[in-house]
Amino acid sequence: MSVAEVRLKAQPGLIAVPYRRVSAATLAANVVLVLLGCFFLIPMLWMLFASIDSNPDWAIKLPSPTLANFREVLARPETVIAFRSSLILAGTTTVVTTVLAMLAAYPLSRMHIPLKRPFMLGILFAAGLPVSMLIVPVYQLYVTLGWLDSLYTTALFLAATSLPFAIWLMKNFIDAVPIELEQAAAIDGASTPRIVRQVVLPLVVPGLAVTAIYTFINAWGAFVVPFVLMYSPEDQPGPIEIYNFMGSHGLFKFGDLAVFSLLFSIPVIVLYLVMSRYFSGAFNFGGAVRG
Amino acid sequence: MLAPALALLGMLFIFPVLYSTYLGFTNLELVGSRSHDYSFTGLENVTRMLGDYVFIKSTWLTAVFVLGSAIIGQSVLGMALAMLLRKAVLPIRAVVGSVVIIAWVLPEITVALVWYAFSQAGGTLSLLLRHPDSNYLVLVPMLIVSVANLWRNVAFSMLVFSAGLRNLPTEVLEAAEVEGASAWRRYWLVIVPLLKPTIVTNLLLVTILNLSEFTLIYAMTQGGPGTDTMTLPLYVYQEAFVFNQLGYGTAISLVLVVFGAVFSLLFVRAARTQV
Repeated sequence: MSVAEVRLKAQPGLIAVPYRRVSAATLAANVVLVLLGCFFLIPMLWMLFASIDSNPDWAIKLPSPTLANFREVLARPETVIAFRSSLILAGTTTVVTTVLAMLAAYPLSRMHIPLKRPFMLGILFAAGLPVSMLIVPVYQLYVTLGWLDSLYTTALFLAATSLPFAIWLMKNFIDAVPIELEQAAAIDGASTPRIVRQVVLPLVVPGLAVTAIYTFINAWGAFVVPFVLMYSPEDQPGPIEIYNFMGSHGLFKFGDLAVFSLLFSIPVIVLYLVMSRYFSGAFNFGGAVRG
Repeated sequence: MLAPALALLGMLFIFPVLYSTYLGFTNLELVGSRSHDYSFTGLENVTRMLGDYVFIKSTWLTAVFVLGSAIIGQSVLGMALAMLLRKAVLPIRAVVGSVVIIAWVLPEITVALVWYAFSQAGGTLSLLLRHPDSNYLVLVPMLIVSVANLWRNVAFSMLVFSAGLRNLPTEVLEAAEVEGASAWRRYWLVIVPLLKPTIVTNLLLVTILNLSEFTLIYAMTQGGPGTDTMTLPLYVYQEAFVFNQLGYGTAISLVLVVFGAVFSLLFVRAARTQV
């Protein structure tokens, strides 16, 4: 029985009083929320408006609409290069991370492994370490191996930094699959690789998707790692391109910068929407957080 | 099956962690004779830090950033948003919730750009405050980067608290309401104690994530004007890759790790005592 129902039965004459009070509080909450929403919306709207404005500046204003900025940015070879580099970098990172995380998470979830608990705690601790601690030795290592300035080797380091969280995430997804299914398959004579492929894998597809999308979003926006490990202008991913844009004070057009950042942001927003569908549908994150 | 992951982690994670713990106590430099002929120098880097004015200032700025933007700002606003969203009508809840989450999903460099634009002379903020010639990124740089960081990350705390609030037992809340407890008392005496595990988890994660914040601040200010926004992660980068002091830079990054570990332990202990 809800509060409203209790009141309805107990104090029929006084219904109007508590209701008006509640609705005043609700109104205030909605007004405050709209104001807070404006605080979040206004900086973003600048990017949206400036991208279609024929004469934008730093302040937000209603645009005099044009598609010239979009045409200009899409015609620049640097735009294509930046998107290609970001796709290679984030794509490689995602494939390596997701495959290795799946392979590692299955035995961690299902098998008896000595030191499993310390290992999982170590994984969590590693996920919290700052990249700035790793970047100097990794730079040294890459100099020695001749690995600097390659999108693929840079992706390998990004994969290493995203792997701890990915393993932890994947393990929680596999934990949620009822072990009885695998036992039934084992009784029917299926081998372990076959059980993983035909029983576990189809059931953790949403988990794989979440892990992959999460990794991709992070790698797509990664700045400091390519900033230190890459130097050729013809291979720079999107974030470095935007940073260089911003650094060339007055030498760029506001509209072009806004268009490029907007185009660069769209893939991760779309991926986030896809991921949140998986989250609400197939999987309850509450259990995973408690680990 | 574990082997490939262990190989990659071993080479590009565990080895660098161990190696940087050693490098932090050496005089390694990026170029010149000490780029190959470096040696173990014991606590020399620690002594150097204690006498380094910029390091002390940088530590202070990091504390201000984490405390103001993350621990207070992000947690309080995140909680406020989560509470308000429960009271909001559907269209407002959907729109505001999505806008806050989009701010979080946007690439960090894009957030740096829109806030750079927002705080420039002639930018939206200067027009709103009626000082069109003021560049707020120069006048109050630490405040602007803290607010920009709060703007970007608050969705995380909002989602954590929303989930926590959803899992609260409704009977207890309704009982308090029927008993006539004011909204304020209900909040502090019923909701906050019940949410304590969620609050501790949020504080722990938010502190660790924000301690190593680099991209947003660096893209907006490069640590400037002067060294006014030079938090520790930026100082590590500057010492290691701009001033070529790889050994000293690594030593500073170790300080950052120690801070992270200390905060984690504090929060984990707080979580244990209250349950």
